[in-house]
Amino acid sequence: MNIHLKVWRQKQKGDSGKLVSYDVETDEGSSFLEMLDILNEQLVAKGEDSVSFDHDCREGICGMCSLSINGIPHGPDGATTVCQLHMRRFKDGDTLVVEPWRSRAFPVVKDLVVDRGAFDRIIQAGGFITSRTGSAVEANVHPIPKPIADYAMDAASCIGCGACVAACPNSSAMLFTAAKVSHMNSLPQGKAEKDKRTLAMVDRMDAEGFGNCTNYGECQGVCPKEIKLDVIAQLNRDYAVAKTKKFLGAAI
Amino acid sequence: MNLDAKIPEGPIASKWTNHRFKLKLVNPANKRKYNIIVVGSGLAGGAAAASLAEMGYNVSCFCYQDSPRRAHSIAAQGGINAAKNYQNDGDSVQRLFYDTIKGGDYRAREANVYRLAEVSASIIDQCVAQGVPFAREYGGMLDNRSFGGSQVSRTFYARGQTGQQLLLGVYAQLSRQIGLGQVKMYNRHEMLDLVLVNGHAKGIIARNMVTGEVKRFAADCVVLATGGYGNVFFLSTNAQGCNVTAAYRAYKRGAGFANPCYTQIHPTCIPVHGEQQSKLTLMSESLRNDGRIWVPKDKAVAEKIRKGQMEPSAVAEDARDYFLERKYPSFGNLAPRDISSRSAKEVCDEGRGVANTGLGVFLDFRDAIQRLGEDVVRERYGNLFDMYQCITGHNPYKTPMMIYPAVHYTMGGLWVDYNLESNIPGLFVGGEANFSDHGANRLGASALMQGLSDGYFVLPYTVSDYLARQGVSAAGKVKADAPEFIAVEKEVKDRIKQFMTIKGTKSPRQYHQQVGKIVWEFCGMARSKAGLEKAIVDIQALRADFWKNLRITGEAEGLNQELERAGRVADFLEFGELMCRDALMREESCGGHFRVEHQSEANDPEVKSGLIAPGEAKRDDSKFAFVGVWEYKGDNVPPQLNKEPLVYESVKLSTRSYT
Amino acid sequence: MSSLVKKYIMAISGFVLSAFVFVHMIGNLQVFMPPSAINDYAYFLHHMLPWEVLWGFRFTLLAAVVLHVWTAIQLKIENAAARPQSYQVNASVVATPAARYMAFSGMIMLAFIVFHILHYTVRSTHPEFKMFMTMNDDGEKMFDAYAMMIYGFSSEFWYVSAFYIISMASLALHLSHGVSSMFQSLGLRNELWRYRLNAFAAFYGIVLFIGFSSIPAAVLISEKTGVQLLQTKPVLEGVKSWDKKSPIITNYENCLSCCPSSGKVTK
Repeated sequence: MNIHLKVWRQKQKGDSGKLVSYDVETDEGSSFLEMLDILNEQLVAKGEDSVSFDHDCREGICGMCSLSINGIPHGPDGATTVCQLHMRRFKDGDTLVVEPWRSRAFPVVKDLVVDRGAFDRIIQAGGFITSRTGSAVEANVHPIPKPIADYAMDAASCIGCGACVAACPNSSAMLFTAAKVSHMNSLPQGKAEKDKRTLAMVDRMDAEGFGNCTNYGECQGVCPKEIKLDVIAQLNRDYAVAKTKKFLGAAI
Repeated sequence: MNLDAKIPEGPIASKWTNHRFKLKLVNPANKRKYNIIVVGSGLAGGAAAASLAEMGYNVSCFCYQDSPRRAHSIAAQGGINAAKNYQNDGDSVQRLFYDTIKGGDYRAREANVYRLAEVSASIIDQCVAQGVPFAREYGGMLDNRSFGGSQVSRTFYARGQTGQQLLLGVYAQLSRQIGLGQVKMYNRHEMLDLVLVNGHAKGIIARNMVTGEVKRFAADCVVLATGGYGNVFFLSTNAQGCNVTAAYRAYKRGAGFANPCYTQIHPTCIPVHGEQQSKLTLMSESLRNDGRIWVPKDKAVAEKIRKGQMEPSAVAEDARDYFLERKYPSFGNLAPRDISSRSAKEVCDEGRGVANTGLGVFLDFRDAIQRLGEDVVRERYGNLFDMYQCITGHNPYKTPMMIYPAVHYTMGGLWVDYNLESNIPGLFVGGEANFSDHGANRLGASALMQGLSDGYFVLPYTVSDYLARQGVSAAGKVKADAPEFIAVEKEVKDRIKQFMTIKGTKSPRQYHQQVGKIVWEFCGMARSKAGLEKAIVDIQALRADFWKNLRITGEAEGLNQELERAGRVADFLEFGELMCRDALMREESCGGHFRVEHQSEANDPEVKSGLIAPGEAKRDDSKFAFVGVWEYKGDNVPPQLNKEPLVYESVKLSTRSYT
Repeated sequence: MSSLVKKYIMAISGFVLSAFVFVHMIGNLQVFMPPSAINDYAYFLHHMLPWEVLWGFRFTLLAAVVLHVWTAIQLKIENAAARPQSYQVNASVVATPAARYMAFSGMIMLAFIVFHILHYTVRSTHPEFKMFMTMNDDGEKMFDAYAMMIYGFSSEFWYVSAFYIISMASLALHLSHGVSSMFQSLGLRNELWRYRLNAFAAFYGIVLFIGFSSIPAAVLISEKTGVQLLQTKPVLEGVKSWDKKSPIITNYENCLSCCPSSGKVTK
């Protein structure tokens, strides 16, 4: 099958980029990234700079791949990363516009590669349960009801790809932040640092230059791990509690 | 080459306890004077970096991805073993130890394996404390599943994303230390060489993959946790970026490379679909708990299925060959990985394979769905089924999955002693990058266990011991502007310049594909003397071609993924040869290493007694009960083999039987 | 101020405003009862309620509007800044048009609110409005709100009615996202309740649209057709014959047969 690509090319951070058209001959069994591999082989054969794009595991779990296809992060299929998207999804002769994630907090490094360090910094601010190596108690000491364990697992399945930010018309990082907050705040192990974590992570998120959540729900629509808006509701709730407690002072 | 394994004295169960008491400590106030470099941020590297930083050392951690959370540990699906005996099914440290040694076909170092089993329970405690959402029963207690190669349920899991959850636990701890300033994280940095000062590992040269800048980093010791080398096969279940460069550079600086031919071929991967394929996708071995593996008994039926003239479900029950259940009745579909993989290859070689290439066998959930209902099956394996459907376009609830073995894990790695220190003092190696715990074959759900054991519970003690022995007066004294650093940096820069100036015609990817094909064909599931000898010659020729006809577009200053791949492929082109040499040297079959010349035959006593079937791996304990450690002697000079004898005090070597 | 606090402000002020419009609509619908009903109601609001309560309400509403609008502007500015380079191709996966056009529908309503206050509260758009007078049962003189509504929506000012109806459509659109969204913002929603609240919000928006729009619609129908839903005739005739000086006192008919309301005779 033949695909017309319009790929965002940008030499480095801060440069202005543009869409460049390419034609690629591929087959239906290929993944989208394998189709880009073919494109890059063509470019190298012509002596041109290949298209840089982030990818690693190619099985939908590392969260490295980050392409917007025709305006939709990770492409048209639901609950898929772009590395799992297969060309059989498209038709011969289709035109596909491939762009990087776009957000002030995710500056483009080159072509389709962006810098998602802001996510790391949000986690560094509080996305952890402090437990020094060796200090843990016996694992079965705290029974955790299955529904809570399952809920935490749903939230924890976030792969940190940034599609939520890329899809949000406001470039908000709420789904990412909320997923981690919900995962940790709902487990008994995470209760001790609950308020501190919630406030710190939201502060960091705001400082990174993401937009504000206005409940569009686009994030949920593109999330490859189908993380639900419920986690954002929980963050809103936990933050309100934490902020109120902070306002009232230590006595509460 | 000094291969003193430093195995502690005493009975096996108290070795680690005794040894820990003997390890030297660093005064808490002095810890901040030491700098440690950790390369790799997966389970082993991330856990070591976080734990060492918690102790008070200054840690610099490097990863080639854009975030430490993306290390390939994340892709492990099935679970992590621990001898908790929560299921009351007779598990114990001793049993986990024994299963691992036996699963490794008696080619692992006993003391290390025992320690692994011993700390396994603490790993689960640690992970739960970090908030890893392991699967639970309705009563709130942790759930377990069973896994290949054992008859107890000791595998803890978090849906089909156990590796992800464990890695995110590690990442959280690491992030906390980064936030506290105790770890300096270098994302998108690739280690390109190791620097030795007075024979000790004291730093690395790394390339900033965004700016292209090559920089020197000095420390008091270096921990490598850079994963395995499965990508030498080009097609593997490894991430695209996984590479041997860090380990191979250490080898070229004098570290011994142990058992490079021990590679694991995982039985449950999605079959290859075409030439342009870039990777193989693994589906958790846990599928084998409920799925039944079969091919048609008749070649003609298989051919019809391949051509799409017959539906798999139309094959009558008595026309199906459930070959694992037939050959290994007590383990059935849960036979160890190497045995399952080879059995699949055998039936395909007989012409009974399915999939359009003929390289596939069925993994059928029909009976499980009948027995348990579709909902239970979906609850257990839903995400794996979805993944399968996403990749192949077939619905596994309706038609049986097709699977074929693929390279998954490499047991070989840099040689380390009991302290996980290589023969280069100050160079520690953890996780898949070392060779120590899995022998010739790794059991399912043991890789995560080993990574975390090394990172959380071994390296923090043994690295401290090394630093304490260096003395506080030496702490932080090595600087990156020492002549040793300048010299190695120049070599690295020259090499990059060389890549850029060849200006040939072929992309690094093409060479990668070619070397992968050679290694897969001759050093894959079945190896022969003639094949390996041919492979060595072919790889040498390909390598010569590489240095003549390589083409890298773009510039070295800045992000250049072609250049990155070129560096890795250049090392694979040397390392592939080393693998073949090791496989050629090892005139026996053991675990993942199967030499066609050495297989059980019909008149062998074990076959006659019914212990094993003909055609299975035949070890030669009298000649090959050793670790094969290769020593670099120079480019285009054959490496030298050194041997660390494997002495078994606690277990008796026996023929591995899973019948 | 953190992004979440802004969310809370939007949600709480939105809650106040959306609850107010419902009460307002119930009050307005009294127009379908005899004219005295709404006039008494208006008199009650203006003269019977303690002024502290009236102005308390007014201040709360004003504060809600100001906070809602001000925060919305801030959000809009910040959100635009969060994506300096926009996509070459834009697509939407799940966001409803209501969600995507919140700012647009909000701006229409803001314009409407300003006009509406000038129209019926300050009564500066029509000099006639201040002259519509009636008596209550106790013989006190009071404003004839019923007449103001009829006259305000009469066909002479068709553009006012059109703007009113467009604004009510915007309100419905705005609330069909906002009413569910505010529960999300306050953390009082989950997957199950998301569907329920979304449905409720859509229903709520439609009810308000129908409720409010029914009045100008009824005025026009009554004026232009034989169906006398409201007593348009006496009001419009009163205006026509007005001497521009004295109060306009409308004599409402007692037409049990043609009006849904039965006029003053019931008393």
